[in-house]
Amino acid sequence: MELLPWYMMYMPISGIEIFWPGLVLIGFSVGVIGGFFGMGGAWLVTPGLNILGFPMAFAIGTDIAHIAGKSMIATIRHAKFGNVDVKLGLAMLVFTMIGIEIGARLVMYLEALGIVGPVVRWIYVGFLCVIFLMILTDILKKLKMEKEAKAGGVEVDKKKRGLDLSTPLHKIKIPPMMHFKEAGIYCSLWLPGMVGLITGVLAGFLGIGGGMLRMPALIYFVGCPTHVAVGTDLFEVMLSGLYGAFTFTLKGRIELIAVVVMLCGASIGAQIGTVATKYSRGLGILFWFMVCIVVCMISIILKQYGFVTIAGVLILGVVFIVCGVIIRIMLIGALAELRAKKAAGK
Amino acid sequence: MKTFRYGLFAFITMACLMVPALVLASGAKAEALIHVADTRQLSGAYLYFANLYNENLLIFGVWTVVVITALGSGLGFFMDMLMSHTRLDLTSREIRE
Repeated sequence: MELLPWYMMYMPISGIEIFWPGLVLIGFSVGVIGGFFGMGGAWLVTPGLNILGFPMAFAIGTDIAHIAGKSMIATIRHAKFGNVDVKLGLAMLVFTMIGIEIGARLVMYLEALGIVGPVVRWIYVGFLCVIFLMILTDILKKLKMEKEAKAGGVEVDKKKRGLDLSTPLHKIKIPPMMHFKEAGIYCSLWLPGMVGLITGVLAGFLGIGGGMLRMPALIYFVGCPTHVAVGTDLFEVMLSGLYGAFTFTLKGRIELIAVVVMLCGASIGAQIGTVATKYSRGLGILFWFMVCIVVCMISIILKQYGFVTIAGVLILGVVFIVCGVIIRIMLIGALAELRAKKAAGK
Repeated sequence: MKTFRYGLFAFITMACLMVPALVLASGAKAEALIHVADTRQLSGAYLYFANLYNENLLIFGVWTVVVITALGSGLGFFMDMLMSHTRLDLTSREIRE
């Protein structure tokens, strides 16, 4: 094998030479963002890999495999914080898998009709729009509640949210009823099951991991606190990502060496993103998640009209900005904690 | 000679019509083509995985899952160990919405 410059690495499966610091940087950024928002971040990684020179088919498979490993690193950290409700994650997982299969078959049906591309894209935009509106309503209502409470000299319940769709759903008592300890909810198994099924159908239909839909669904429909929704979603992304990695490997579209390199960056990024959740309130996490949703929506619309490069540049630009914000949250919070400990003489 | 000229003309016309059609047809299905890793200049672990990829995708798939799981959990616990030296409390957090 000819000697390459130190910054280039040969990918044995796809046969291309890649700028490996770029892979580490992508892994790091998506580790930060994924750990903070509790999603895989396929929509962030794929354009990045594509820009580095990966053929699209390899970019998607490599991306999914990397997401599984990165989610594992972040899940371990979130579990230590008590942010992972394993029982809830497993209860949803079975339904999610069934949903993904239904969604994939639906796409095949539309493919046979020859209308799959635009339909899928516009439905995706529609759902992102709904999520955006839900988060925006939640944030605005919560801020209004806090303002009114401040004026009245009272304090708002820290766990109360602006938009609560889960309380009426918890009143549906179809057995078996289950208590999810970490999430602090008692509801019918069918509630998280149906949320898992529906988000699974959408994930399979849209060809995405589903974290972007599942995280807000866990908050608004199941009633999880934001931090637990982030951790539990990552737990699910980890398991579904491993399954996805296996199936993509069978299709021969994975570059294992790139996954290993990206995971090295992700291992540091995921720690920063996850620890940053400790220093951010739920509303803060949701606000930046909403920003990512808007960018994702704009990038899909741009791609629909053929502006693929602009969409890729936009996504990567926002990735680095949001990443910087999360690192700042983590640093400020960690330094404040260390100062407080020092002052207390611990 | 005249027959040969007609034959040549027919062949060129056919080629002009068929080649773009063939190129277009192959272009649309390029994703479905079987990809083979070039192992001629590889050695060590690169050669092992590239050979596995070419010969048995199922075993390669199992290896992929094993490597990701081992690396993900290994890096996760290693980083956890490193983070425990930062003196930050990494076992509890307050839920504030």
